[in-house]
Amino acid sequence: MTSSGQSCNIETKGLTKKFGGFTAVDGVDFCVNEGEIFGLLGPNGAGKSTIIRMLTTLSMPTSGTAKVAGHDIVKEPHKVREMVGIVSEKMIMYDRLTPRENLRLFGRLYNVPGRELEDRIEELLTIVNMTKWADTQIGKFSTGMRQRINVVRSLVSKPRVVFMDEPTLGLDPQSTTEIRKLIQRLNRSDGLTIILTTHIMNEADVLCGRIGLIDKGRIAAIGSPSELKDKISEKGRTIVDLDLIDPPHDAFDRLRMAEFVLSAAQVENRVKVIVSRENAFEDVLEAVRKNEMRLRNASVMSPSLEDVFLHFTGRSMVEEVKDRVPMAGGHGPWRRSGSGRVR
Amino acid sequence: MRITHLLKHSVWIAQKDLIEFSRNRMLLVMLIIFPLFMMVLTGYIFPTGNTLRDLPIALVNQDMNEGIYGNESVTLIGDLEEMGQRSGSFDFRTTGSESEARDLITKGKMSGAVIIGKDFTEDIISGEQGTVTVLYDQSKPQISLQVMAALDSAIARIGTQKAVSTVNRTIGIDKNASSALVTPFKVGNKGTVPGNPSYFQFLAPGIMMLLVMFSVMQGLPRAISHEKETGTFDGILAAPTSRFSIIMGKTLAQSVRGVTQGGIVLLLAIVLFGVKVNGPIWLVIGLMLLGIFSFIGVGIIITSIASDEETAQMFMMLLQFPMMFLSGVFFPVEQMPWYLQYASKALPLTYAIQAMRKVMVLGAGVQDILTEVVILFGFGTVLLFVSIPLFKRAMSK
Repeated sequence: MTSSGQSCNIETKGLTKKFGGFTAVDGVDFCVNEGEIFGLLGPNGAGKSTIIRMLTTLSMPTSGTAKVAGHDIVKEPHKVREMVGIVSEKMIMYDRLTPRENLRLFGRLYNVPGRELEDRIEELLTIVNMTKWADTQIGKFSTGMRQRINVVRSLVSKPRVVFMDEPTLGLDPQSTTEIRKLIQRLNRSDGLTIILTTHIMNEADVLCGRIGLIDKGRIAAIGSPSELKDKISEKGRTIVDLDLIDPPHDAFDRLRMAEFVLSAAQVENRVKVIVSRENAFEDVLEAVRKNEMRLRNASVMSPSLEDVFLHFTGRSMVEEVKDRVPMAGGHGPWRRSGSGRVR
Repeated sequence: MRITHLLKHSVWIAQKDLIEFSRNRMLLVMLIIFPLFMMVLTGYIFPTGNTLRDLPIALVNQDMNEGIYGNESVTLIGDLEEMGQRSGSFDFRTTGSESEARDLITKGKMSGAVIIGKDFTEDIISGEQGTVTVLYDQSKPQISLQVMAALDSAIARIGTQKAVSTVNRTIGIDKNASSALVTPFKVGNKGTVPGNPSYFQFLAPGIMMLLVMFSVMQGLPRAISHEKETGTFDGILAAPTSRFSIIMGKTLAQSVRGVTQGGIVLLLAIVLFGVKVNGPIWLVIGLMLLGIFSFIGVGIIITSIASDEETAQMFMMLLQFPMMFLSGVFFPVEQMPWYLQYASKALPLTYAIQAMRKVMVLGAGVQDILTEVVILFGFGTVLLFVSIPLFKRAMSK
């Protein structure tokens, strides 16, 4: 699935959101095709949720605009609302209501006619195996059950586009798999266009046709997972993961001095090096020795989305997420060298 | 079509809120407990007509000549003691001297003292007035005022009786003629409706209006900020629903809740505290609705300004506290100094309570509360016009 030649179902132009002096989303342009699962991947605070809030008309852009299903989010918010569903990170459902009552309320607010609505509710509850619990108050449900309702709630109006903000956040592995399968199923069987945000690279890799890497409110790169990985692995590029003994703090910088190293990044004694040659493992080890560094371990890796993110932003997402570092103007633990000059 | 959607959406949002509300048992219990609590507390703490019970009063008789008490003072003391026993308000205790009486008041053992002057009998015999002094406890102003008034009137009454019998004896006209001569005016006190004034009767309309109007003022911001915090509000805002339907639905739900609350207060007041509704019941309900209407705007303004539940809570406290005391729920507005009376005139609650009292206590009809109705309606309308644009702006941040 590529964007070439198709018209966009969702198209943003210079989409920007500022909160006071802080720019959360900074001139974002992207295009999502009809029937595509598009992922916005980035660490917490990168601006993913703010983009979703603007596209679902919950927040007005400071500048720039976007079209969703053919309607302008600023000029025709009401039309946009009719077309889209939203699965929010904070679950949209009332605990004292049953799943059926919740779905009914939202179906009515979307003006779904009565008979059709009841059928739709039954159908949706069947999809997620919740018919048995249809008339139990949601407050008694587990997180996994709640999330299933949260997802189908967004579908009650038969939207053409569904926005999902971290749909698997806080779920156990089994529920995570379930929700992912549900997302894929909705996309395949109904041709639903889905935009989801995630900070889990594996999720984006498995689910999304295309991914937009978001960092500090900007799009760092866009493409299918394999396209993105190819960008750093093409022409036999090699990624070497070095585990060094007491390395100097600028080990990554010294290694980069070798003319064949494209980029390098370091977290404590681990240094990741992207090399512009095939079978360059020996060369990297040579460079390590030349710099009088000692090795504990070293391995060649196939590129992951993590490496892609690292390559384009110079920062590791995993670390950011783990430490919950506020992203506004902050720096990741990876010190990075090299440039995005990827051919 | 558009307008029917608008209305339907409001009803559905209201229905949702009411279902949630009816399933919250704790809230339902509070609906009964809270007004009960308020009525019992305020109803019994504040003074009513029967506060004076067996108050110890020192009696000092200085009217003594050669070891013998004067006749007149002995008669007065006898009459006072008899009166005290009959009414049960005072318990007179003979005390040796004025300084002893003062000491007992200071120690809090006596609530006051009656001191009969030194030449009491002699003065009366020689055609002068006998002097009686009443001492009171300045540390308890409310009690003292009542003690003074009761003792003054008791002593005056005994004096009048004495005068009547003197006139009767000396001039030789009959008792009725003598009374007319001594006290030419006869005063009768009568309410405009049957029954004695009771503090609960005064309190119930006030508490009812207070709880009804506060339930909208608090309920609206609380309901919306709660939904904002749990995230469900995004779901409603992201739906093709007018902002107007949202606020209308929420208001509708809170109004139903308010009237329910008012009805419960009324029922409790009637059943437990013997309060009577002298006016038409539809007017009572109508006034509740009007009170709610006049307060919707305040609720919406707080909702629009306060970003979270805590801020909303603070705003409400700031408004509620003065309103509770200034609007005449517990004390009549007329008791306040002039500047506070002006402040109370700026509050819609004052008019709502005033009107409700007229209807419930005095049996007033619409024509009697027209001024209040117009003021409340005006208040509500102006506040709505101010608040709705505020709300719309707050929702599209």
